[in-house]
Amino acid sequence: MTDTAANNLQLVRQHILEPAGLTERDLERVFGQLMAPGVDAADLYFQASRHEGWVLEDGIVKEGSRSLDQGVGVRAISGEKTGFAYSDEIILPALLEASGAARAIARSGQSGRLQAWQAGGGLSLYAPINPLDSLTAEEKIALLQRLDAEARRLDPRVEQVIVSLAGVHDMILVANSDGRLSADVRPLVRLNVTVIAQQNGRRETGSSGGGGRFGYEYFLEGDRALNYAREAVRQAVLNLEAVEAPAGTMPVVLGPGWPGVLLHEAVGHGLEGDFNRKGTSAFAGRISERVASPLCTVVDDGTLDRRRGSLNIDDEGTPTQTTVLIEKGVLKGYMQDNLNARLMGTVSTGNGRRQSYAHLPMPRMTNTYMLAGPHDPEEIIRSVKKGLYAVNFGGGQVDITSGKFVFSASEAYLIEDGRITVPVKGATLIGSGPEVMTRISMVGNDLQLDGGIGTCGKDGQSVPVGVGQPTLKVDALTVGGTAA
Amino acid sequence: MLVTETKAAQAGLPPQETLEELVSLALAEARKQGASAAEAGVGVDIGLSVNVRRGEVDTLEHQRDRGIGVTVYFGHRKGSASSSDFRRESIIETVQSACAIARHTSEDPCQGLADPDLLAREIPDLDLYHPWDLDAEEAIRIARDCEAVALAADPRICNSDGASLSTYSGIRVYGNTNDFLAGYKTSRHSLSCMVVGKEGDAMQRDYWYTVSRVPEELEDAESVGRKAAERTLKRLGARRLKTCTAPVLYAPEVARGVLAHFISAISGGALYRKASFLLDHLGKQVFPGFVRIEEQPHRPRGLGSAPFDQEGVATRQRVLVEDGVLQGYVLSSYSARKLGMRSTGNAGGVHNLVIQPGERDFRGMLKELDRGLLVTELMGQGVNITTGDYSRGASGFWVENGEIAYPVEEITVAGNLRDMFQRLRAVGNDVDPRGNILTGSLLIDGMTIAGE
Repeated sequence: MTDTAANNLQLVRQHILEPAGLTERDLERVFGQLMAPGVDAADLYFQASRHEGWVLEDGIVKEGSRSLDQGVGVRAISGEKTGFAYSDEIILPALLEASGAARAIARSGQSGRLQAWQAGGGLSLYAPINPLDSLTAEEKIALLQRLDAEARRLDPRVEQVIVSLAGVHDMILVANSDGRLSADVRPLVRLNVTVIAQQNGRRETGSSGGGGRFGYEYFLEGDRALNYAREAVRQAVLNLEAVEAPAGTMPVVLGPGWPGVLLHEAVGHGLEGDFNRKGTSAFAGRISERVASPLCTVVDDGTLDRRRGSLNIDDEGTPTQTTVLIEKGVLKGYMQDNLNARLMGTVSTGNGRRQSYAHLPMPRMTNTYMLAGPHDPEEIIRSVKKGLYAVNFGGGQVDITSGKFVFSASEAYLIEDGRITVPVKGATLIGSGPEVMTRISMVGNDLQLDGGIGTCGKDGQSVPVGVGQPTLKVDALTVGGTAA
Repeated sequence: MLVTETKAAQAGLPPQETLEELVSLALAEARKQGASAAEAGVGVDIGLSVNVRRGEVDTLEHQRDRGIGVTVYFGHRKGSASSSDFRRESIIETVQSACAIARHTSEDPCQGLADPDLLAREIPDLDLYHPWDLDAEEAIRIARDCEAVALAADPRICNSDGASLSTYSGIRVYGNTNDFLAGYKTSRHSLSCMVVGKEGDAMQRDYWYTVSRVPEELEDAESVGRKAAERTLKRLGARRLKTCTAPVLYAPEVARGVLAHFISAISGGALYRKASFLLDHLGKQVFPGFVRIEEQPHRPRGLGSAPFDQEGVATRQRVLVEDGVLQGYVLSSYSARKLGMRSTGNAGGVHNLVIQPGERDFRGMLKELDRGLLVTELMGQGVNITTGDYSRGASGFWVENGEIAYPVEEITVAGNLRDMFQRLRAVGNDVDPRGNILTGSLLIDGMTIAGE
């Protein structure tokens, strides 16, 4: 066990268990009730989460908010069945009541016993700090105001600037029925600038930001925060000149970094363990098959230093890892949590995640990206006679059963005779995950990860994630513009 | 099955008086800390949901959520805080957090409580609370019946994502320092089913659901299962389309989304930020002359019904679009003041938006479409409210001679919402009751469809 894991466990015990007067004996009592015959596994998830948000608009700091959310989720698993209950009161009677409800999926009768408690392991990817305290309120406000001033200074066409700053101090403790106690302290910050520019009555927006698992001082390093403002202005002003996007199927070159949302939608969700255990994914039963062009190696990696999608342990107490999903085009593995791993006869890959104590864990992505390839990005552009070059995206969505996925470009250009020409308006791109991956004909040598802005939604649960990719070329993808 | 424990976990909502005391405590504490005005909302929700897959219980979940949110004003400076902890000392701490924040926010003359003369004086009973005394065993039985019908519908139905039944009850209380203190209870129940069909190597899934405030008004389990299977089967063998321009018929379950974009564009936040393609369109022709859109907040048992909005402002029936002309915006107190107008009782959104149905049923709408695309599912977020640019992933059916010809997928539909509203040719009377926006199918001319 690392020192960080031990420290985190001690810290979280002090913050959550001790104020509630909960001892290890009490946890044993709860498990004694939870572990009915036929219950294969159970866990308790304690959480205390503090969040703050500040918003500047019209040049003034309009809103600020703080919230405290804490509670405990209780889960019992019997075969494929899961029973779940939670309480926002961390006290023994509430825990016992929740365990009674959670174990209702199994037969009643003699209760089981728990092994002796032992501390679980974990990685040391970020410091156990409270980011909310990393700057004073005055410093946070000064930061927002600087970005507002910078955006307005850059271009007289900037009409509106909205700057938001948010931080989360999340403490969790997982007690598993195998006797492991694991804890994590997870800082997360996010800064964003949105700009509206106007020219002759036409208005367009631009947006940029970043974040990760550190304190707010990250944004003060060099010109990082100012660059968000500059980037947002650049996008908004560029969009003022954008023409109608084309409609139809054509070669598409995707820029590096955030356009990796392609991978998240086209293959990421389809390789989550639950869909494959149930056989509802278009990738189900295809391990060892070729599912992408040989240029493609895709990994999910929860172990990257201070990244938004990184975790020292997942929400079941399993340390995160680097999981190869696709290697040189061949499907290698799925992302697993405990339940689906057990039912598929394998082990968790540290991808068991949940939005909060009030939600059930399931297999989720962490940071998902494609490794760099051999091609020079310039060469990739030059290879396209007529197509689209898309460098910024909004969100995406996938139907994991049919494999059809979409993602929406917010900054894109036409490629004509191997050259980037005019900017085009935002448009949705649509394709079939398994097909699109086989049509990746060039992969750049310029792998980039996104700036720390992604949030993934699944079954109504949101978790922070990362994506990344090098520049890549898809030979045929459908572009949903309006121009013939 | 431990039925008694299941019921205990679902034990009723707290009495309204208990929550009113918490709100009063928060407001008094805010005053004590020097706030010139304050408002607080408290909510408690309890629920039970089961998911059954291939005849077996997949998940059984008991929900119990609660929260208190406090906003304080020091003159025109605002601060907010919230907590899930209802203990007295925690509520005081929450108020202190809000006050600490208000010391750092800026003076903004538009901030403040709702105008007192707009507050709801009477709280109409809208018949929104019909709790379901349902134990887990019964819930499982209903979900199992529903899924069984879907699985048995056809040999091509090869797999299932399961059937889910959920029931929720909730209570909200809101109060502010202008002597407003009121609350009401609501319930919401739903049953859904999603199955997978296979033909050759291609799999398709689709679903159906029913939702109501009243258990007895839910569609029966067999019907939900049958429709889920029918919808899935109809999608098998889907093809792509050649890129073209054609009229598009939005089935009622997706037509709701088109009107949701309209609401976004006439919402105060987008208007005062000048981030709407319908900026300065009040009194202007936005839809063709036959279109009438109302907000009906007091529909008994309505899924979007509410006696007052999130600031205590009385909700009222009103006309938003008459003869195609925009008659009103969707405003909270803050956005109204920014625009020099008055709140429309829409802090938190609209309450039952109703577009007047036309003459034709769904069959009639297909005839009216004659040749074009019927959209039954949309994907992605490709909508820009600032510009009206619209581009979304779609699947559905190609229609020839007013009849469904074949299923289609992996296409996009695109246009500009301002043009799309003007090109609305007809509204069906096939109204989908399952939401806050009540509309029949919508037929829109001249959309760009991108495909092969």
